[in-house]
Amino acid sequence: MTANKIYEKLKAELGEGIQEFVEMPLSDPFIVVSRDTILEACLVLRDEPEFLFDYMVNLSGVDQKDSFAVVYHLYSIKLNHRVVMKVILTDRESPSVPSVERVWKTANWHERETFDMFGITFDGHPNLIRILTPYDWVGHPLRKDYKTPDFYKGLKVPY
Amino acid sequence: MSEVKTFEIDFGKVHSERMRLNVGPQHPSTHGVLRLEVELDGEIVTEVIPHIGYLHRCFEKHAENMTYPQVIPYIDRMDYIAAMNNELPYVLGMEKFLEIKVAEKIDYIRVICAELNRIANHQLAVATFGLDSGAFTPFLFFFRDREMIITLFERLSGGRLLYNYFWIGGLMNDTPANFGDDCMDIVKQVRATNAESLNLLMYNEIFIKRTANVGIMPADVAVNYGVSGPVLRGSGLPYDLRRSEPYSIYDRFDFDVCVGKGEVGTLGDCWDRNIVRMNEMEESCKIIEQAVAQMPKGSCDVREFVPKRIKPAKGEFYTKAENPKGELGFYIVSDGSLKPTRVRSRATSFVNLSVLPEISKGYMIADLIMILGSLDIVLGEIDR
Repeated sequence: MTANKIYEKLKAELGEGIQEFVEMPLSDPFIVVSRDTILEACLVLRDEPEFLFDYMVNLSGVDQKDSFAVVYHLYSIKLNHRVVMKVILTDRESPSVPSVERVWKTANWHERETFDMFGITFDGHPNLIRILTPYDWVGHPLRKDYKTPDFYKGLKVPY
Repeated sequence: MSEVKTFEIDFGKVHSERMRLNVGPQHPSTHGVLRLEVELDGEIVTEVIPHIGYLHRCFEKHAENMTYPQVIPYIDRMDYIAAMNNELPYVLGMEKFLEIKVAEKIDYIRVICAELNRIANHQLAVATFGLDSGAFTPFLFFFRDREMIITLFERLSGGRLLYNYFWIGGLMNDTPANFGDDCMDIVKQVRATNAESLNLLMYNEIFIKRTANVGIMPADVAVNYGVSGPVLRGSGLPYDLRRSEPYSIYDRFDFDVCVGKGEVGTLGDCWDRNIVRMNEMEESCKIIEQAVAQMPKGSCDVREFVPKRIKPAKGEFYTKAENPKGELGFYIVSDGSLKPTRVRSRATSFVNLSVLPEISKGYMIADLIMILGSLDIVLGEIDR
């Protein structure tokens, strides 16, 4: 099934929460989903027999300067089709989005990494702690406004 | 000789005090700088918590501050065992995004390099897995052969592990003379060693005792955790990107997707994951043979289509390829400038390791080492 068709069917099922379908030349098309609908949309995409997205390929955050985006790449092994969903978070101070850990376990570590790198909290995640940086690290490195600290625990950071 | 006595002990009723043990970060069997916090009930593993990040080098942050071709050497350093395979999805994705069509010969050279590197990776994986289980001789045999592949790559690119050989729009160098013959020599040697290793390692009684029925991963658990590559195929699911969504010129070759069959134990155990790797080496040999035969003769200008300055349009895409360890993908966001806004790598080993706590509960601590070895992780890729 093409991404456009998936968008139309999702829109018919979930209504307002499925916001728009963005297509750019040469790029992968993606569906913009509202923050409150994402968990429901994920469950529908996984369980409905016409979608069957049983495989979460990737979950990542993107800093878009004025907002954050959480991007979900999904794939169906059975039906061999892909879809990309995006949640735009305009609140830069305390961005949060519902966790999809209970839909796909892949999301567990990916959400932890996104939290670590962007400071986006995933509500309902069982163990939302830092994963790549040390547990006592301050700041979220992949934010565009992140400043590299000069010292870590009293040691000079060498670059 | 008197009969060997066996004792029936019901472990379910004997409980000791729970003990927490740190495996690593500096331990040969963790295959890198990985710390496993293990909770033990006697010798039985009740909980595993992997602590990663000791090798974190901020690849994604670095990539945001570099031009598109400058990212490639950093990608090499992610999975340093299979650097050619790492470059492939990035380069193919960028070429698709920039609408560059490369010469046919370049595609063939890329496929041959990727498959040779796949063989080298699987040789190292099976060899070190054997080493974990106490088999030292196959390790030496595999490393002897791997040396041939690495020497060939050294002649191609100048580097033994980190190549920077695939460029956006071409290659660093053309192949040296006798490239095809050298590939065929390697294929011959790989096949000879594989036949030997099947008897020496895979069907060895001790090895089967250590690996069969250990670390069983059902296919639905594997899919839910998102694992890919030989780890997923070991659970019996024939998912291979080279077959399901052929990229580059993989649709021109005849090869099989190997799956685990539960031959000596249960489907999806450590042994299955390793036999998939052994069989995949043979499939890679088949692809190399066909590619060498089909490759256009004569020299070609491999830098002809390499753009002087890369400034793509605004957009975003996900590009993926079947790495030896599984699906390696890059999610790249471009804002129309010389540098990418975001390069997200979907690291294969990162996802494959996340299943470890799920599949290692209830086994002995010695089995935990085998399960970890069978996942074939590279910490450079996990931590990035």
